[in-house]
Amino acid sequence: MLKRTPLFDTHQSHGARIVEFGGWEMPVHYSSIIDEHLAVRKSGGLFDISHMGELFITGNDALAFVNRALTNDASCLAVGEGQYTLLCRDCGGVVDDLYLFRIAETEFLLVVNASRIEAVVEWMNGLRARFEFADLGFENRSDSLGAVAIQGPTVESFIDECFSKESIARRLVDGVSGLKKNEIGEFLFDDFRVWISRTGYTGEDGFEIIGENDVMPQVWRRLLSVGHQACLQPIGLGARDTLRTEMGYPLYGHELSESISPLEAGLGFFVKLSKDEFVGKSALAAQKAEGLRRRSVGFKMLGKAPPPRPGYAVLLDGETVGETTSGTVSPSLKRGIGLALVSADIAKIGCEFALEIRGRFYPAVTSKKPLHIE
Amino acid sequence: MSVNIPEELRFAKSHEWVRVEGNIATVGISDHAQEELTELVFIELPEVGRELEQEEACAVVESVKTASDIYSPLTGKVVATNEPVSENAGIVNDEPYDGGWLFKLEISDADELDGLLTAEQYRGQINA
Repeated sequence: MLKRTPLFDTHQSHGARIVEFGGWEMPVHYSSIIDEHLAVRKSGGLFDISHMGELFITGNDALAFVNRALTNDASCLAVGEGQYTLLCRDCGGVVDDLYLFRIAETEFLLVVNASRIEAVVEWMNGLRARFEFADLGFENRSDSLGAVAIQGPTVESFIDECFSKESIARRLVDGVSGLKKNEIGEFLFDDFRVWISRTGYTGEDGFEIIGENDVMPQVWRRLLSVGHQACLQPIGLGARDTLRTEMGYPLYGHELSESISPLEAGLGFFVKLSKDEFVGKSALAAQKAEGLRRRSVGFKMLGKAPPPRPGYAVLLDGETVGETTSGTVSPSLKRGIGLALVSADIAKIGCEFALEIRGRFYPAVTSKKPLHIE
Repeated sequence: MSVNIPEELRFAKSHEWVRVEGNIATVGISDHAQEELTELVFIELPEVGRELEQEEACAVVESVKTASDIYSPLTGKVVATNEPVSENAGIVNDEPYDGGWLFKLEISDADELDGLLTAEQYRGQINA
């Protein structure tokens, strides 16, 4: 049985095309992927991300636990700040990539991928048992919380009209637009509490709003109505994927997996090997010391070619040196772009290679991210 | 928006249409198919001269999201392809039955035409 978000009926009323995604019935597009993509780059878009998971870790040992479990350094987070981070196995493979927010001195919110909620919960429970922290609470509230993302250059201009002026959380912020990148606050939507962070997955400025399921349809409608003048429109998962691909952001199951390490995925910045012991540290440190054998790179097609898709062979001088992990036509460039996991020797910018697509070979070049800026 | 299904055409269950003139069949994809596929960004056509079996995968149409095979509705030899659509795939979305045709076949077995769907049968298949 596929799951539905609290916004399912809303999507249907907008005429969305619904598809199955990771066990959920989600909108893939409303108008078209290209239109929606360009709308987010130019003005603004509203996404249902209620399928994502929300986990809460609380207690006097919460900081010590998340810092032990996750690769980034949680100890540098003040209350109201967040960071991108990864949960690894001891072997350095990735259980999930996620956002960690410190929402109180002893309380953390983890936003995890929909398809990985169970894997994360199971692994975290194992780690809790292994580390035996005395004062540690762990709660999976994914089923009762919904979320939307609102992204694009115009969003900041109207977001404050929808929520209380000041954060009611432990830290004062002057309106939602007063949040800085990666900050989070608790605001009021009418009488309901919602968490709002200045984060996203599109490369544009924007916010992510988490609230109780029941409130989300009203939040959605209010945002669309207030953002109407600024051309805000609903955006499906199709454009969410093309937007993140243009940015070169990883998607779990593509650029990251149990068998691809964060270092190979190019996420070394979020792996703080200098901090105290954390899960996967010794494996990742060894991998770094030995030198990476393969790396994730961005690329663009050269000349006329079919759109790259995941799983196409990357060839250099007739030899297979890797495989594409994501690919699409960049709606901004009208050109094929993607990400590939390749042998380390071709993982530098400007390296030309061939992609095998249905038995033919098409030239491509490794390129700097974001991929839609030429 | 209602789906356009011209009465004079025949259709394959896999959503290709056929227009017959003499022993030449022009092939494209239906309005319903282009709408389901959404904006096309790339089309790969069969080579002229290629011999196709009925229901053989012979072309690929790609949207931003996916690549889909196009199957030959009839057995025959490819005698022409519509080059403009390989330059601008969007023509297939804009005019699926006119400028958006894909290729022309020299028909090998005219009896196969009887097995294709009429406009009315095709309308029934897609519940239009």
